[in-house]
Amino acid sequence: MLRRIAQKNVSRVAGPSHARLLSTTVPRQADITLTIDGKEVSVPQGTALIQACEKAGAAVPRFCYHDRLAIAGNCRMCLVEVERSPKPVASCAMPAMPGSKVFTNTPLVHKAREGVMEFLLANHPLDCPICDQGGECDLQDQSMRYGSDRTRFHEITGKRAVENKDLGPIVKTSMNRCIQCTRCVRFANDVAGVEDLGTTGRGNDLQIGMYIEKTMDSEMSGNIIDLCPVGALTSKPYAFQARPWELKKTESVDVLDAVGSNIRVDSRGVQVMRVQPKINDEINEEWISDKTRYAYDGLKYQRLTTPLVREGSKFVPASWETAMETIRHGYLNSGARGDEIKAVAGALADTETLVALKDLVNRLGSENTTLDSKLGDLPPAQSVDIRSNYLFNTGIENVEEADAILLIGTNPRHEAATINSRFRKQFLHKGTEFAVIGEKFDSTFEYDHVGTSAKDVEAFLTGKADKGFAKIFKNAKKPLVVVGSAVTETKDGAAVLKAVSKYVSDNAGKFLTPEWTGFSVLQRAASRAAAYDIGFTPSTSASSAKPKFVFLLNADDVDPSSIPEDAFVVYQGHHGDHGAQFADVCLPAAAYTEKSATWINTEGRSQLGRTAVPPPGASREDWKIIRALSEVIGNPLPYDDPLTLRQRMFDISPTLVRYDAIEKPSPEITKVGLQSLSSAKSSSSSASTTPFKKPISDFYRTDPISRASVTMADCSKAFTKKQYTIETVDDRTAQASYA
Amino acid sequence: MIRSRTLLRSLPSSSGSSSLRSSAAAKVTVGSIGSRSLATVSDPPVRHYGGLKDQDRIFTNLYLKHDHGLKGAQSRGDWHKTKDILLKGDSWIIQTIKDSGLRGRGGAGFPSGLKWSFMNKPGWEKDPRPRYLVVNADEGEPGTCKDREIMRGDPHKLVEGCLVAGRAMNASAAYIYIRGEFYQEASHLQQAIDEAYKAGLIGKNACNSGYDFDVYLHRGAGAYICGEETALIESIEGKQGKPRLKPPFPADVGLFGCPTTVANVETVAVAPTIARRGGSWFAGFGRERNSGTKVYCISGHVNNPCVIEEEMSIPLQELIEKHCGGIRGGWQNLKGIIPGGCSVPVIPRSDCEKVLMDYDSLKDAQTSLGTGAVIVMDQTTDMISAIARFAKFYKHESCGQCTPCREGTTWMMNMMDRMVEGRAQEREIDMLLELTKQVEGHTICALGDAAAWPIQGLMRHFRPEVEARLAAFHAKNGQTLFGGRLLSEADTRYAIPDNLGGDAQRNIAQVSAP
Amino acid sequence: MSFARSAIASTRAVVARSGKRGFTSSSSRKSESLFVHRDTDYNNPSIKFQFTPENLKRANEIISRYPTQYKKGACMPLLDLGQRQNKGWTSISVMNEVARLLDMPKMRVYEVATFYTMYNREPVAPNFIQLCTTTPCQLGGCGSTKILETIESKLGIHAGQSTKDGKFTLIEVECLGACSNAPMMQIGDEYYEDLTPETTVKILDALAKGEKPQPGPQTGRQTSENSAGLTALTSKPYGPGEFCSPEFQ
Repeated sequence: MLRRIAQKNVSRVAGPSHARLLSTTVPRQADITLTIDGKEVSVPQGTALIQACEKAGAAVPRFCYHDRLAIAGNCRMCLVEVERSPKPVASCAMPAMPGSKVFTNTPLVHKAREGVMEFLLANHPLDCPICDQGGECDLQDQSMRYGSDRTRFHEITGKRAVENKDLGPIVKTSMNRCIQCTRCVRFANDVAGVEDLGTTGRGNDLQIGMYIEKTMDSEMSGNIIDLCPVGALTSKPYAFQARPWELKKTESVDVLDAVGSNIRVDSRGVQVMRVQPKINDEINEEWISDKTRYAYDGLKYQRLTTPLVREGSKFVPASWETAMETIRHGYLNSGARGDEIKAVAGALADTETLVALKDLVNRLGSENTTLDSKLGDLPPAQSVDIRSNYLFNTGIENVEEADAILLIGTNPRHEAATINSRFRKQFLHKGTEFAVIGEKFDSTFEYDHVGTSAKDVEAFLTGKADKGFAKIFKNAKKPLVVVGSAVTETKDGAAVLKAVSKYVSDNAGKFLTPEWTGFSVLQRAASRAAAYDIGFTPSTSASSAKPKFVFLLNADDVDPSSIPEDAFVVYQGHHGDHGAQFADVCLPAAAYTEKSATWINTEGRSQLGRTAVPPPGASREDWKIIRALSEVIGNPLPYDDPLTLRQRMFDISPTLVRYDAIEKPSPEITKVGLQSLSSAKSSSSSASTTPFKKPISDFYRTDPISRASVTMADCSKAFTKKQYTIETVDDRTAQASYA
Repeated sequence: MIRSRTLLRSLPSSSGSSSLRSSAAAKVTVGSIGSRSLATVSDPPVRHYGGLKDQDRIFTNLYLKHDHGLKGAQSRGDWHKTKDILLKGDSWIIQTIKDSGLRGRGGAGFPSGLKWSFMNKPGWEKDPRPRYLVVNADEGEPGTCKDREIMRGDPHKLVEGCLVAGRAMNASAAYIYIRGEFYQEASHLQQAIDEAYKAGLIGKNACNSGYDFDVYLHRGAGAYICGEETALIESIEGKQGKPRLKPPFPADVGLFGCPTTVANVETVAVAPTIARRGGSWFAGFGRERNSGTKVYCISGHVNNPCVIEEEMSIPLQELIEKHCGGIRGGWQNLKGIIPGGCSVPVIPRSDCEKVLMDYDSLKDAQTSLGTGAVIVMDQTTDMISAIARFAKFYKHESCGQCTPCREGTTWMMNMMDRMVEGRAQEREIDMLLELTKQVEGHTICALGDAAAWPIQGLMRHFRPEVEARLAAFHAKNGQTLFGGRLLSEADTRYAIPDNLGGDAQRNIAQVSAP
Repeated sequence: MSFARSAIASTRAVVARSGKRGFTSSSSRKSESLFVHRDTDYNNPSIKFQFTPENLKRANEIISRYPTQYKKGACMPLLDLGQRQNKGWTSISVMNEVARLLDMPKMRVYEVATFYTMYNREPVAPNFIQLCTTTPCQLGGCGSTKILETIESKLGIHAGQSTKDGKFTLIEVECLGACSNAPMMQIGDEYYEDLTPETTVKILDALAKGEKPQPGPQTGRQTSENSAGLTALTSKPYGPGEFCSPEFQ
């Protein structure tokens, strides 16, 4: 460890080897002014010329340049003319210089770009009609402007032929189309943290690949498909499914983890054809995980499309009236009173429905609103009265400022893949130090493993900080503790939170300032923050009641033993998954792409997901089902439309409907929250030496949607179980002749 | 103006020939030089260059006739009072190099003193980073074999040069990047380094001067592109030799992220001798702005190809006649000469008679001194094939990083290969030239330019030969379409676009029509 | 083809794959030219490679030449060392071992090994002939074309192939930097210069017999001096301090 620190220090002295990577993270410096096409613009010093050009409204074509990746400067498409420079200059690689005069639209520039375009097209197959990138291909678009209408390349030697690579079940390759821009290589190495992709060979035979035959083992691999400016890397699941211009694009929010990545759902008719990332610098930047991107085919399978009523050991399709009536009878016959009525909310429950369900249950006299997580039946380990006790207070974007990060019982790579990419970024560019207490995992950053259990947390936080990570952590200017949501779901949760909150409160000068909050809980389920926000947790007395009527709202991870044999069980959800098998009545609801709903992500940001396609069959939007049920049971909820429902949400907590904003608790409030944690009763907070367990063992199969997805099953087989067979070359030659 | 400069320059001269210089006489030579662009300011004084005496040769063991080890080197004056040179300090050394007029011997010809001084920007002392001198011994330019002789004959001159040049730029270590194929050279050099360490000449407290300086040898592994300074730096860092984007320049962010200067073997190796004999001694050779001695390597169709250290500005013809036994079959048998390694354009005999072997004179002849590698081609040479072989070389050595070079070198090679045979359409000559222009100046490093220039040179001076080759092929096989297919093979049921030679087809049709 | 390194194992490739053909008319290429590794029985990651203790010591000495945080600078010399230990070629196991020693991602080593032409990624014969055929060698002396023909007819192979007896591998390479001594070839580490068809045959005969012919120019001159007699450096070299400015005399 010491050696590593020494090295790091030296390397800082010597300047990082990836000095060129710094362009995006350079602190803002004084603005400089330059003239572009006769227009004056001011940009921060150190800005790439291409960005300055963009600011001046001059579009500069590019293939290799991507503002979130290191600068390669190799496609040479972004050449511009700079006064007093004898040669055209690659604007992506050239910092904007004060007072310089730049021209982006001169004959010299055109000639240069046309030349480059001709070279790019020389070896590029002209197979646009059968290329999946068609319609959203940078090369195609740029060739409209800079390409010649006919080729001069007629060499009898023909075009270059490059073998396709088999990167796994997600990325389809057609390497003949590759223009060697190396975006994918830079993404894999710098963002995804899988240093397997590279360029082999040289010259005209330079090719992108892994040299040995293996799969691209990353949970972020789908992003290279977006990055590829041509059709060399396309999507296997989406192959030949649709053309971009026939898709309806709906901007929405991902719910397969708690990050709330912004997505764009591309649909055709009633079918989701693909999911693409939508840029949001505060959350997912431009990346989404493969689960977010490819679990959508799970929306087609194992759906509940009609209400089901149990008859003996079978489910029988029923009309909504019958189903509702059955529930009313079941409810009345169960004789459930007060806390014997139990509602369990799962990971994919939207906020509107949580509010409606809680209101309904409360109206029926019960405080027994629980979660389907471990120990979800009990009051949570942390007091949820104060938001900062369960949220990612630091803010996703702000983690990039941290200089030492302690991860307790969490594997961010699987629980929040896009946040993990920020960790990777910090690790590479800022030399941020990491330590983990909990199960080891295959990380994309180097970390010190300083323990496995709650006891180790206590020991680390109270121990001597004279060497190793402890010393770094102590001396850090912006330290960060991330407690995994799985930890709070164990018996040790209270003890860990107590130790952490005590440490944080004691060092409040560094952890809790107006600029920096260094205490965060990382949730992994999309509904969890909202559930805590509205208090979807049982009271202590309610949690001890034996339920007679159980309402499972998307609750698929529910512990079977928590459902008494004789209780009447209703399941509401979109998939016939685990939860449905306990049910007496199943109510078909809408999945996240089929409803307009509010989602609160792990940092407490409220976002609106939008309807891309209608719910299938007889399924209905979730909150409407609850509203209808309340009517049937004879206790109608007082809202009939989304607007009044959201007014109700505003009454509960205004933050729920202040979309796209985070309301950060002040340091003082956070301190109060922490005090409530550190003063928790000692009986429940003695730390054990039981090692923390990773909550996610198979990243690709965590929820009903991904479990129903064929693509995710393939990914699970390939990446989690490592059972992917790469096609041998000889089989492929036959294929290549027509594909 | 001219007079004053001449006077100024003649003051410190020690070679005794300065009295010959006069502005009046200079005018006479102007005529004999012939075409001159405005680029050169100074008028050549009337003085004959060449005829360097042995006592003025720096590399006295160029032919490996003597011991290359430390003892032998010391007996030839190496490591003599090196400590005193070091103690003179960085600015003295740099000033001496500036006085000497030494220009980089690796091809670009940048003034060395100036280049070294970039390392000592104001406030450099406060920069805690280590600083490096990197010696470019990746001698791979076809035609060039001078550094090789220096490294195996006079390796100590290079090691001592590293120390002196390193002192000048306050470097903490030198890496010598030698091409991997040079095994004997590398072992001689390694032996010299080991000996120097052992004798305390380098390492901690080098030469007892209180200055610490390490010298390391790094062997390449077969990549011409690593001769480009930033590619070379990447290569030492253990990566593919792909040139970096500039800025930042190596003097700011170079090897291992530290300030670095990359210099050619010859440039570094001459430094100690210049320091000992004085800048003015070195400046006394060659024309103004082109001063010094230079190791030339002559290959190709001369009677006795050799490597020779001569005065700068020696007339090309004299260099060949005097040291190489002349052109095979006599001067009249000369066809063309590539005067500076394969990346400079070829010049025809008429120019060869006029040019002096220095930066400015060759620049005026639209070529370049490059590395001083003279490739001679007599009348038997298939000039197209010779240049096509260079195109193949560049195709093989392109790193593949940036588009114009990666695609362009291959395309140009394919076209050149066809032109060797004659299998091309006349208009493709211009198209090829256009392609070279599309590559030139659009790449990250100079390899693209280097690949373009030989072809441009060929077309500039030997275009009739190319056209004749094409015509001969057409006479035998009929017209060729773009890309090399024969018109006779084309499917004439369909219209052939003009750019595929459709116009040629029509012309033929017209001719053959009754 | 100067890519000719590529075809080194072409004979073997044809034998190994002759049974099976895809739609395409040419057989699939081997990793040498492909820049992609294919497992074969003689080259796969399960074949162990370790540096000998002696070489490991050397490796550590090499690593010490680079700053500690830039250990990977030693990647090229270590690959070379590995190649020397591994009978002149760099197998996938050599690359993996170098990556392990230097804490580098394997891919970074593969990138280096495929970029530089001196790493032979397919086995080569003990007498590895690299004939320079770039223009200066093509022009100089009798010309490299003649030498190539001589070697090819003598050994009965084409550039890019190995002899059946496994003694020779011949490839064409780009400029080796001995242009004044053209034509020339490199066999192993040694340069053989100023070749003529006769001397070439002599060298090959000697090597076939297991002898080591004298490297360097084959015409009697020592290095690259004028073969008709020195035109420079004829006098005794000057000594220390001679001709120096007074303070350095």
